[in-house]
Amino acid sequence: MTINWFKYSAPSSFYGLAGKLIPWFAWPAGVLFCVGLYIGFFVAPTDAVQSEAYRIIFIHVPASILSMIIYIVMAGYAALGLIFNTRLSSMMATALAPTGALLAFVSLWTGALWGKPTWGAWWVWDARLTSELILLFLYLGFISLQASIDDPRRADRAGALLAIVGSVNVPIIYFSVQWWNTLHQGSTIKLSGTSMHIAMQQAMFAMFMALWLYVIAVVLMRVRSIILERERNTQWVTELKEYQQ
Amino acid sequence: MSKLSPFGLMGLVIVRDLTLAMRRRADVMTILIFFVMVSSLFPLAVGTEADLLRKMAPGVVWVAALLASMLSLSRMFSSDYLDGTLEQMIIVPHSLSMLVLSKIIAHWMLSGLPLVLIAPVLGLQFDMSGQALMILVVTLLLGTPVLSIIGAIGAALTLGLRGGGVLISLLVLPLCIPVLIFGTGAVAQVLDGVSAAANLSLLGALLLMSLLFAPWVTAQALRISLE
Amino acid sequence: MRSTIQPGILPVCAIKILPLAIGCLHRILRKFIRQSYIIFSYLQRIIMSSLVKNDRMLKVTNLACARGEQELFANVCFELHAGEMLQVLGENGSGKTTLLRTLCGFSQPLAGEIFWQGKVIRDASEEYHADIIYLGHLNAIKDELSALENLRISCTLADCEISDSDALEALRNMGLRGRETFPVKLLSQGQRRRVALARLLLSKAPLWILDEPLAALDVEAAVLIQDLIARHLKDRGMVIYTTHQTLEVSGTEIRRLSLS
Repeated sequence: MTINWFKYSAPSSFYGLAGKLIPWFAWPAGVLFCVGLYIGFFVAPTDAVQSEAYRIIFIHVPASILSMIIYIVMAGYAALGLIFNTRLSSMMATALAPTGALLAFVSLWTGALWGKPTWGAWWVWDARLTSELILLFLYLGFISLQASIDDPRRADRAGALLAIVGSVNVPIIYFSVQWWNTLHQGSTIKLSGTSMHIAMQQAMFAMFMALWLYVIAVVLMRVRSIILERERNTQWVTELKEYQQ
Repeated sequence: MSKLSPFGLMGLVIVRDLTLAMRRRADVMTILIFFVMVSSLFPLAVGTEADLLRKMAPGVVWVAALLASMLSLSRMFSSDYLDGTLEQMIIVPHSLSMLVLSKIIAHWMLSGLPLVLIAPVLGLQFDMSGQALMILVVTLLLGTPVLSIIGAIGAALTLGLRGGGVLISLLVLPLCIPVLIFGTGAVAQVLDGVSAAANLSLLGALLLMSLLFAPWVTAQALRISLE
Repeated sequence: MRSTIQPGILPVCAIKILPLAIGCLHRILRKFIRQSYIIFSYLQRIIMSSLVKNDRMLKVTNLACARGEQELFANVCFELHAGEMLQVLGENGSGKTTLLRTLCGFSQPLAGEIFWQGKVIRDASEEYHADIIYLGHLNAIKDELSALENLRISCTLADCEISDSDALEALRNMGLRGRETFPVKLLSQGQRRRVALARLLLSKAPLWILDEPLAALDVEAAVLIQDLIARHLKDRGMVIYTTHQTLEVSGTEIRRLSLS
């Protein structure tokens, strides 16, 4: 039996596959969320230095790591769409962007919420937070560029070029912000202690996996609606059950 | 039919762009005036305390230069796009990257170089010391080409779109942040009494890297926008 | 008395005659070889020139193009040889301009290939672009420059070196006598179109891709362009065009491709 690796690279077949996969990611995500939040908020011990307020890192850290991962994945899909001219890859890149932007925004907000009780200021120009802010700008630039181009093909390709240029720049930006920060300030927000308590590690891992599964579920949902919108003139869409109702 | 050499090609395009700009001098002047106005706004906003102004000066001048560059970027390709000369440039039997590089050089000579030349005057407005002024001019000399080069990518991606200069700024400003950081960092180091060599060499490295890659990326962006 | 012909005389004669015979044979052979070489190279030249005439060919197979997400046309196939002109017909929006622009290499088609002289244009783009000239809806001239400066720049960029006198003569032939050094923004729409079309007079490219060349032109200029196209076709050039007006070229049958 030969495996057709490209069976699901057509939007019409991927639509069905995505629909079937969503519950497999959404339910575990929900369960892991509850588990992670429970461990993080109730089971993990109080931090010696930062007391209860530190618990926000269980949302902050997974969100910031994932926002960076999503940017790289988005740039990867966009590059695939640009090089191989596959529409589905570009649709995935477009679907990933809002989630990535949201996570970057959440990371910034939770960072601020963490900063206020710990450092007394809503915003400290920490190197990592500032890089996160610039990442949010990169996401917003990508989204606005795709939003202002009417021709979907041009929007895909222009966005892909921007995403690739952005991803090449991200290390440069991160490094320069680090440099800038150590010159101007010196202290950065650190997690206390050299090793984390086992419960904290468990909570962090659970929240990270929960967020990852959530991202996959949400992106699959979004890509389904993008497929419907872009393929609305094709026959298979008009034959769908949802369309006819 | 002689083959035009790369330098001949670059010379032709640069002379053409400069000639066009000289016949429309107002466009060049407005950028300069904007630059001067924006940097004069800051003392009006924060007061005239000399110490504060001296510390703010490199940042203010650099941010004003950044904003003025962003505003001028929308003009890099738009007039050629609107009258059809840009698409003729794409189907010419020469390297599009070289053509783009020539346009970027001409654009920098018209919008970046005047900023570099006027910056000392603005620095005096903020009462900067002579050494700091010199380093500021050097950083602008190294940094404004990078702004033009990276900005060209944004200008090429947004050809013909409604967003205009604001959309370009949204796309290009995050990418230009390292230039801003190293540029102002160099002046700050000199003000602190340390050598600015590190920041200046990083600026030079950025300039070299963008010279190598950005024209080709801009050429691809032009092809995408003109499909 | 016995005859003086001795039996040994045959070999002696043979020895004397043989070199002569060989020499003659050699000379005849040499002449024969030279003649056949001349005939052969002549034949070869005929064959090569006819091959070259076939090589100057634009071939399009199964071309499909889209604008946005909508497919405009599919399975377009044609071949264009030297001395032929092809008119692309279709309703508004049927993709005529898209087809012409795809032939120029601006965008990749959805499907199909375009061959110029046997090579895919995507792989040989610089050589292909040296052989085409494209005139679209926009005039591709700068308003602030004069007609002469515009012409010089576009010809130099297209690798076609011309002198000032050539450019001036071309502009005068297009009916712009006395206006060659005015900035183009002072000219009327029709005059600007003439400046744009003056490039055709100076171009050495064999393939002309013209999108509505007669737009904004008066009757006199239209006749001028038709003569220009006729001359180009006689010089073994090729023309692909769209037009909403009638374009008649004497002595050439117009091939038509309909996209609707």
